[in-house]
Amino acid sequence: MSTRHTRLSGLEPLVLTPDLLFVNVGERTNVTGSAQFRKLIKEERYEEAVEVARQQVANGAQIIDVNMDEGLIDSEAAMVRFLNLIAAEPDIARVPVMVDSSKWSVIEAGLRCLQGKGIVNSISMKEGEQAFLEHGRKVRQYGAAAVVMAFDEEGQADTAERKVAICSRAYDLLTGRLDFPPEDIIFDPNIFAIATGIEEHDNYAVDFIEATRELKKRFPASHVSGGVSNVSFSFRGNDTVREAIHSVFLFHAIRAGMDMGIVNAGALAIYDELDPELRERVEDVVLNRRRDATERLLEIADRYKKKKGEAAVETLAWRGKDVRARLSHALVHGIDQYVVEDTEEARQLSPRPLDVIEGPLMDGMNVVGDLFGAGKMFLPQVVKSARVMKKAVAYLLPYIEAEKLRTGDTGKSNGKIVMATVKGDVHDIGKNIVGVVLRCNNFDVIDLGVMVPAQKILDTAIAENADMIGLSGLITPSLEEMSHVAREMQRQDFRIPLLIGGATTSRAHTALKIEPHYKSPCVWVKDASRAVGVAQSLVSKELVDDFMAKIRAEYAEIRERHRQRGPGKQLVPLAKARAQRFGCDWVDYQPPQPRQPGLHVFDDYDLAELRRYIDWTPFFQAWELAGHYPAILDDAVVGKQATELFNDAQKMLDRIIAGKWLTARAVIGFWPAASLGDDIEITVAPLPSPSGRGVGGEGSAEAQHPAPPVPSSAPAGAPSPEGRREHAVVLHHLRQQADKPVERPNLCLSDFVAPKEYGKPDWVGGFAVTAGLGIEPQLERFRADNDDYSAIILKALADRLAEAFAERMHERVRREFWGYAPDEALDNDALIAERYQGIRPAPGYPACPDHTEKTTLFRLLDATRNAGIELTEGFSMYPAAAVSGWYFSHPGSQYFVVGRLTREQVEDYAARKGWSRQEAERWLAANLDYDPD
Amino acid sequence: MSALPWLHPDRVALLEAALRKRILVLDGGMGTMLQGHRLDEAGYRGQRFEHGRDREHAAHHDHPGCDLKGNNDLLTLTRPDIIRGVHEAYLEAGADLVETNTFNATRISQADYRLEHLVPELNREGARLARAAADAFTERTPGKPRFVIGVLGPTSRTASLSPDVNDPGFRNVSFEELAANYAESAAGLIDGGADTIMVETIFDTLNAKAALFALAELFRERGTRLPVMISGTITDRSGRTLSGQTAEAFYYSVSHTRPLSVGFNCALGAADLRPHVQTLAAIAECPVSTHPNAGLPNAFGEYDETPEQMAAVIGGFARDGLLNLVGGCCGTTPAHIAAIAEAVRDCAPRTLPVAAQEAA
Repeated sequence: MSTRHTRLSGLEPLVLTPDLLFVNVGERTNVTGSAQFRKLIKEERYEEAVEVARQQVANGAQIIDVNMDEGLIDSEAAMVRFLNLIAAEPDIARVPVMVDSSKWSVIEAGLRCLQGKGIVNSISMKEGEQAFLEHGRKVRQYGAAAVVMAFDEEGQADTAERKVAICSRAYDLLTGRLDFPPEDIIFDPNIFAIATGIEEHDNYAVDFIEATRELKKRFPASHVSGGVSNVSFSFRGNDTVREAIHSVFLFHAIRAGMDMGIVNAGALAIYDELDPELRERVEDVVLNRRRDATERLLEIADRYKKKKGEAAVETLAWRGKDVRARLSHALVHGIDQYVVEDTEEARQLSPRPLDVIEGPLMDGMNVVGDLFGAGKMFLPQVVKSARVMKKAVAYLLPYIEAEKLRTGDTGKSNGKIVMATVKGDVHDIGKNIVGVVLRCNNFDVIDLGVMVPAQKILDTAIAENADMIGLSGLITPSLEEMSHVAREMQRQDFRIPLLIGGATTSRAHTALKIEPHYKSPCVWVKDASRAVGVAQSLVSKELVDDFMAKIRAEYAEIRERHRQRGPGKQLVPLAKARAQRFGCDWVDYQPPQPRQPGLHVFDDYDLAELRRYIDWTPFFQAWELAGHYPAILDDAVVGKQATELFNDAQKMLDRIIAGKWLTARAVIGFWPAASLGDDIEITVAPLPSPSGRGVGGEGSAEAQHPAPPVPSSAPAGAPSPEGRREHAVVLHHLRQQADKPVERPNLCLSDFVAPKEYGKPDWVGGFAVTAGLGIEPQLERFRADNDDYSAIILKALADRLAEAFAERMHERVRREFWGYAPDEALDNDALIAERYQGIRPAPGYPACPDHTEKTTLFRLLDATRNAGIELTEGFSMYPAAAVSGWYFSHPGSQYFVVGRLTREQVEDYAARKGWSRQEAERWLAANLDYDPD
Repeated sequence: MSALPWLHPDRVALLEAALRKRILVLDGGMGTMLQGHRLDEAGYRGQRFEHGRDREHAAHHDHPGCDLKGNNDLLTLTRPDIIRGVHEAYLEAGADLVETNTFNATRISQADYRLEHLVPELNREGARLARAAADAFTERTPGKPRFVIGVLGPTSRTASLSPDVNDPGFRNVSFEELAANYAESAAGLIDGGADTIMVETIFDTLNAKAALFALAELFRERGTRLPVMISGTITDRSGRTLSGQTAEAFYYSVSHTRPLSVGFNCALGAADLRPHVQTLAAIAECPVSTHPNAGLPNAFGEYDETPEQMAAVIGGFARDGLLNLVGGCCGTTPAHIAAIAEAVRDCAPRTLPVAAQEAA
């Protein structure tokens, strides 16, 4: 029999070849199936709704089903809006869309948004042959495949015979009358709920499976699909049992020929891993093998029921298995409770202690690696698995050493990597996660920590005979440092691969600025989940050539595109950008005067108070869990992991606060200021001596310095009323040069301060806060306990607390210290959404990208003495859990991105800072719109 | 779609027979040829529009600031001699098929000149001019019948991209509006005697799908159809259309119309187009076409690949069995087409793959 494959497309093709076996259609972007998605659409929170689609695709959905059928939603408008939005997201739009509605008008509206070849879900003969044929013809004309439901004028088919009869009739009509391609027909023979207690429903799953078998026999080019979660509807609220039913149902339906299904790709239980008792009883129900099947499943179902928001009680059944299986279970589930005793048992059964690692432990980690690679496990789980592994290895180490002394035998590893956060940078959460994941995959990782000079990295690589080097960094100056390391590796004739990672790195930067300097392999690693694949490809003799050829071609293309980049995004001359500055009627403007000017120091701020100000979303991001808090806790794909991680974080927060593990310190200050072009001139009294510090109230130690004098109209160098010499300090800022319409100004932070010529008494503020003091001994404790999981949580929490501290201080500044918004009352969501007046931009970030300005800020605040924060030579702050920045109060002030700069502005800026142009180009490398000489 | 009868069954039979026998040659760039005439505003207006309004439409008046210079499609009405001359030059050079001068003859594009009322006429007359030129050559060389391709251009809007960076969900044109535009233009092309319709220079596949949808509706209304040709545009070396699709995804998105041919044109020169033409050649069940630019534009926006250079690259395509139809786009001239025709003359046309029909 001659047949063609179904060929679908989004931005990329999807050909349904038989080796795909089963096509996952993501079900979460469906308002009838997901309460969370329904809520987002109803509240028009489309950005978050788009994230749901992104996760579906990231978790392996090969097609996404989109359904907006809900009484209170304008379904057509919502369908169009959502499809247009995801069309703009290449990582979602790459897959085909299944337009799902029971209303033809909604389907048609959806089809008019799809440039690719999607699928209509569904058409049927429920309104008779004529309407069916009309719909079928239109589907062809729009260029889509169609799900054909087993539904006719009499209603939905429930028996196998009727399902087959209706589908066969539909097939004959479509292919005979419309010349509809058989491969574009996808039957949905109706999956109905089983185990409902109604006897007539008992055979529904069997009817579906048998109908599937017959349909695939009759129409081999066509497909069979269905909405899988329907089958378990009677067990809603009991996810474990539902997932088991789905798994068993799919196992049999796929064997009968079902080759597509609308499923929650992230939550499919593995048939083989189901608890045997549960599996047997579920199988009785699905296959309708005994009359009392439903009762028997109900008997045990409650045992598997989880309480809301809480993980299922861990059953101890696995403790009865052999030691190999126990170790594997412990690794996959991240349980470290029994690992030492199990490892000891395994050691006694093995000829050599190393065999335990190379045998059961590595086997278990391979399962973890496979599940992670397949998107079935998430980072927090992997890190927990690694903790178990590390504990087992730590236990074995003395035995292995003894063995080595005896035989000289050392184990084999996949390869050795030297990793470091580069000089000037202290950020290492991402690097630590990568290290853990690589170790899980049997790489030897030598982690040199943070702020590591190039030569130390290279010397270590030579001394250790490393197979590759991995560099990480978070702040923009680190990009330049990585480029330096690459040049040094070339100069010193290194041949081993160089891996680049970290938040500010990118494929484009690596291709343009790093890889050209190093002739041997140099690869950008997007995140921890890619690290293993990259490292394995690089150490494999079979893979490395193809892999590098692909990478090099990709980077060459990026460079080519960079060279070819058209004149589309022309920048405007600096004079024109300045002429289009932010407008304010300064004559009538009255700058708010700080209620409490001067410096304020906070020595031991109450962490319990800060806890309420935590923005949790970035915490999950640090763990590569995508989604917004709190919705992420109920997320279909990562919700379970996110909840578990969140609970662990809460427990640790309790301990941090109760045990005073961390000390939070801060300093803020306000100074008279006036703008002078793109600079801001501030007036400072001589720095006060630390002896003036006293103790304030509100559970925190606060000190107030005497207020400096009210600014005079000629601040620089003028004697103050108290007779002390004041002096001027200049803050340097950069201006946007994008070509914008007249109504959108080219912003510079100095625009938010009254120009000097108006003689208005305006002010700017500054702050530096940290919540990371005292973290080292705690981290050391976790490290000694081989507990990377806890160490990473602690670091991520310290970061969150520092951010929360900055948020809280800013709120108090607005309400008390500067006091221009005394009645402001915003909840934390509103704070996170920045719904307040005034801004707190940080040097080194988009509105003021020059990190070196931190020097001025730190000097003004005396931040090292007052808050215990140090600046590294790369202008990174230590402790890493620290935030610093400026305060602006102007009602029109806003966050913005300075973006690209012309050579003209860079030269102008260099002149203002007293730098050479080359110096300016080095610190502003990430913002240059040109290639420096 | 159950097949409707052809409107011109004899010509379709001739065309299909020719496609089986050899690589057919399309014409080259129209704009390049018109630039040579250095027409000014008065030149574009001709007599019909010389007094600031359309003499033949009482209701039409010029709008301030609305020059007609640059409206190449208008020359079909005001300077038919020039357009006919271009068609003849390409036929003389060896083109088997000529494309009508209707790239911008849609309501959306003519709105720039406030000449929406001319859309049916521009298409009808554009097709008639090409028809007359092609028929004259067919008479001269009956062994080499010539054909007219009615061209539907991309319009200046995109249905699947937002023009507003701050609102990715926004669209400045709808599928329905595009479909109505294309239906109106296509009706004129059919009335003027086009042998086939080509939806070309497709930046955004959704625009093309609207055109193909409109054609299907139009054919159904008329109870008869023309063969449809489809030609997409890979906009840069990223290897994707402007709307982000790969060559393979593009083909799957339009193949439901069972086109006479599918291919790529414009934006890139032949050498850069090769991998994408190769992709199509491997999967398309229908003939494959390409009409590349004469290289990439230089710093002055001019194309400087010579006829010999371009023919050499295309000769390679042909020898490797990738082609059924080939011609030129921006920057190509009759000299390019003559060189290309020469280069592919002795090469067998690509055979349609049986792989797509293999048993599963």
